[in-house]
Amino acid sequence: MTKVLDSKIPAGPVPEKWKEYKAHQRLVNPKNKLKLDVIVVGTGLAGASAAASLAEMGFNVYNFCIQDSPRRAHSIAAQGGINAAKNYQNDGDSVYRLFYDTVKGGDYRAREANVYRLAEVSNNIIDQCVAQGVPFAREYGGMLANRSFGGAQVSRTFYAKGQTGQQLLLGAYSSLSKEVQRGKVKLFTRYEMEDVVIIDGRARGIIAKNLVTGKLERFSANAVVIATGGYGNTYFLSTNAMGCNCTAAVQCFRKGAMMANPSYVQIHPTCIPVHGDKQSKLTLMSESLRNDGRIWVPKKLEDAKALQAGTKQGYEIPEEDRDYYLERRYPAFGNLVPRDVASRAAKERCDKGFGVNNTGLAVFLDFSESIQRLGIDEIRQRYGNLFDMYEEITDVNPGEKACTRNGIDYYYPMMIFPAIHYTMGGVWVDYELQTTIPGLFAIGECNFSDHGANRLGASALMQGLADGYFVLPYTIQNYLADQSIWPRLSTDMPEFAETEKAVEKEIDRLMNIKGKRSVDSIHKELGHIMWEHVGMGRTKEGLEEGLKLLKALRKEFDTNLFIPGSKEGLNVELDKAIHLRDFILMGELVAYDALHREESCGGHFREEHQTEEGEAKRDDENFFYVGCWDYQGSDDKAPELVKEPLQYEIIKVQTRNYKN
Amino acid sequence: MSVTGLALILFLTFHGCMNVVALFSKEGYNWICEMLGANWYAVAATMGLALLALLHIFFAFWLTFQNRKARGSNRYEVTDKPEKVEWASQNMLVLGIIICLGLVLHFYNFWYNMMFAELFPGIHYDPAPADGFGKIVCTFSNPIYVVLYIIWLVAIWFHLTHGFWSAMQTLGVSGKIWLNRWKCIGSIYVTLLMLLFLVVVLGFAFGCAPSLCSACC
Amino acid sequence: MAKNISVTIKFWKQNGPKEKGHFDTHELKNIPDDTSFLEALDIMNEELIGEGKEPFVFDHDCREGICGMCSLYINGTPHGKTERGATTCQLYMRKFKDGETITVEPWRSAGFPVIKDCMVDRNAFDKIMQAGGYTTIRTGQAQDANAILIPKEDADEAMDCASCIGCGACVAACKNGSAMLFVSSKVSQLALLPQGKVEAAKRAKAMVAKMDELGFGNCTNTRACEAVCPKCETISNIARLNREFICAKLAD
Repeated sequence: MTKVLDSKIPAGPVPEKWKEYKAHQRLVNPKNKLKLDVIVVGTGLAGASAAASLAEMGFNVYNFCIQDSPRRAHSIAAQGGINAAKNYQNDGDSVYRLFYDTVKGGDYRAREANVYRLAEVSNNIIDQCVAQGVPFAREYGGMLANRSFGGAQVSRTFYAKGQTGQQLLLGAYSSLSKEVQRGKVKLFTRYEMEDVVIIDGRARGIIAKNLVTGKLERFSANAVVIATGGYGNTYFLSTNAMGCNCTAAVQCFRKGAMMANPSYVQIHPTCIPVHGDKQSKLTLMSESLRNDGRIWVPKKLEDAKALQAGTKQGYEIPEEDRDYYLERRYPAFGNLVPRDVASRAAKERCDKGFGVNNTGLAVFLDFSESIQRLGIDEIRQRYGNLFDMYEEITDVNPGEKACTRNGIDYYYPMMIFPAIHYTMGGVWVDYELQTTIPGLFAIGECNFSDHGANRLGASALMQGLADGYFVLPYTIQNYLADQSIWPRLSTDMPEFAETEKAVEKEIDRLMNIKGKRSVDSIHKELGHIMWEHVGMGRTKEGLEEGLKLLKALRKEFDTNLFIPGSKEGLNVELDKAIHLRDFILMGELVAYDALHREESCGGHFREEHQTEEGEAKRDDENFFYVGCWDYQGSDDKAPELVKEPLQYEIIKVQTRNYKN
Repeated sequence: MSVTGLALILFLTFHGCMNVVALFSKEGYNWICEMLGANWYAVAATMGLALLALLHIFFAFWLTFQNRKARGSNRYEVTDKPEKVEWASQNMLVLGIIICLGLVLHFYNFWYNMMFAELFPGIHYDPAPADGFGKIVCTFSNPIYVVLYIIWLVAIWFHLTHGFWSAMQTLGVSGKIWLNRWKCIGSIYVTLLMLLFLVVVLGFAFGCAPSLCSACC
Repeated sequence: MAKNISVTIKFWKQNGPKEKGHFDTHELKNIPDDTSFLEALDIMNEELIGEGKEPFVFDHDCREGICGMCSLYINGTPHGKTERGATTCQLYMRKFKDGETITVEPWRSAGFPVIKDCMVDRNAFDKIMQAGGYTTIRTGQAQDANAILIPKEDADEAMDCASCIGCGACVAACKNGSAMLFVSSKVSQLALLPQGKVEAAKRAKAMVAKMDELGFGNCTNTRACEAVCPKCETISNIARLNREFICAKLAD
């Protein structure tokens, strides 16, 4: 039996859909709101903003996070900025243009209606955040400042130094705090959602683990919202935080929520390169650096060899021997091409042997030219904290002059390399952000909805906040409207007991494997398989091999895992093991999806499908759909593909072209 | 703490100025002593001063008690003091106690004799209670007292160099720019003030105060 | 080029808030000095697990110096000693000498009880924020963002104040266990912006009252907090908080 997906996109012309929807959706009357409970899992931009907004409306919200405070969610690490179609710069920006750029940037694999809505509410987000006291950068006249970002020809990105994510999250966190004070939000920190409870086919609660006591607890509600982020840590080394995991999402998948487009994984072009096998994570340098930094590798192979051997330094290579390959290949966008294009171009250069560090896996990002043009003070004003961060990690200061030759000042260049950064794929949701399980909603990075096959810079913050502040609080009411007739469900119901027992059993199973290998050692192996076989350049053989290795790895995990300590009390290793169990399943999903998608688009690049110049070749005839995966009752069974066809009404699908 | 502290600094300023008079003129000094000793308003001011001092001390202990509680019972195994942290700021209570001890000595040397003699006449003192100048000469002829007083002055210097800007900070009249200004003003002011006291002590200790000379000539 | 060093880690073990803790030691051999300190602890934990022991528990998350989760007191300094000030996760092994013993302790303050080993409970910070660290604005109420003009200097200074990551190093370093730098940074951010001015007096009073209620100590201006703050918050924020607080009290 194949399930049919209903995306519930409202009728009418694309620009009118959201207005139409809001005009006709069902609402919950104020008195009934007080009777309705909503569980929000996660306190990142999407989770915190949704929890705060729902509580303001009158719903009773239960909000969970795995960290010690909502303010630690990984949204905090976003550096660059947030897009909005304000057109404050008078450079011709509009809702339509932001919508168009996002769909085009996503390689025509996103839903038109969703993206249009996103562009529409983007302006409200900026207003909302300014009112909260988010200190966005300003011009001397007191107006908001903007910068440009990859994939756009207008300056529409609002920023707060290099800490935009932090400031937006603190804004949402402050609103959340306000509601906690009012008693409308009950906050549960250091709690992890372990499973969703389904009663009569609807999501009616969760089983959460108190990470400090180790005890499982039951929570019942009228709707469950997961805002638990992406699955980037499947690759072990990524720019995600150490705690980021996909357990909540994968548990929902096991319970019947479909997973959409898992193969769309974004590789961020500007990360600090890997230095060794002890490394625990990769550090991102904001993409905004590409505004003023120029990316290059040596023109001559012998220079690259010398750099790799450490006998030459980057600044010693004169201007004429530098290959600014992005400017060369993409004259119109230059260093500001979308992330996937920039990432693949870097990999292409390094594969050809032009890598510039000891591992041969790095390219230069150079500020010499812009420092001479704008002065070091201006550059430090823009990127000072990023330079400091880079120096802290690598002992090299990109704002320091190395030498002067022929009247040209050469500064120490940064080294960068692509790394896993964001996952466009995720839990499938309809226009209302509801998953295939009624009553279960997914927002933020956790869902798949708005970015298509590739996300543009400064769009993640926009999407998280759009979902949380302006979309979910409306659409969830359409679901909750008829729910207030039901009495509050008791957590003593058999469904709660059964789900809790299943989680308990699973924990016992993991504890009792008593093998030899630590969680991290298996996770590293998983990351290696993923990067090698399901990474930036994918092939049929590689993916098949990868799937085989993943299955073998799961067997290794199930038979040879070792977790010290006991399940009582705080046990970090146990929690990591639960995450890893789900990362492995997620890894397989990514591989299945990548294998079936016989085209190259956005974050998914199949080496079989490229032009002669090495550009991605899409296949709109056969793959113009959302690939959704349905769980088949067991981790051992391959998931089943369900397709949601895409329909474009106003945008003409074209080959993405950033060359001219 | 800040308000009482600043008031005490103000008092020290007056006190310092009075002392300087002693350097130059025996009569002048004794006249001041007499004037301050016998008036009801001077007594009231003294009581006010005592109240300020007591409040300052009381708050010091009360806040320290609170702070120690907030610190918790566990101590760090290793602590490394950053350069930015002034030694005085971490030891205000200790410095304060040293100052209190010095104060007791000071009372014993001067104030007790002078004040009580006036309040309870009839008891015989030597030198005469009204002869404040004589007291100074007498006290600082003893080198032990001189050393004790110098230690005392150094403690007060440390206490005030931190205390002054800290008070401004607590009163909220500080900021990025004014913090350094207050620190600078405070250091100069307090140093001058303490030098003033020190000169008197040394002047009498080595017998080179102009007033002594004029007395012998 | 990275060189390898060997160090001894002396780390705090404690099972719960009420339990008595002790130090354990572990020798780490041949660690490349471009390894971060937390990665070195990862290596140590892998070795401990290899020996069948429980790993050393500490908080950490983003490892980019922004989430404020990491909270280790290293060789007598919160987050360890760096030139510019950085979080624990931004501390690299090149800052240590070969053969050195590195002492790792939790934040020790009554306001931050130990959960396990070096993981402490910083819920108090959330509670202080809940007392007033916000502007009371409902979603959807906001006017156009450019309707409020804010001088660049004010916006920049508010941004500096808002950079606080709530890690608690200020409390850990303070001999009085005072949270003034944390509280003042939030109060300052909102006091500097027109959006926050409306509730400024109420906010200062509420947050200070909550801080006192939760048992944090008083500020005696030792500047230890400012010296260890990984985000370079300054005590001029504390002066501003004092000013706001005194004005609010006087107005009552």
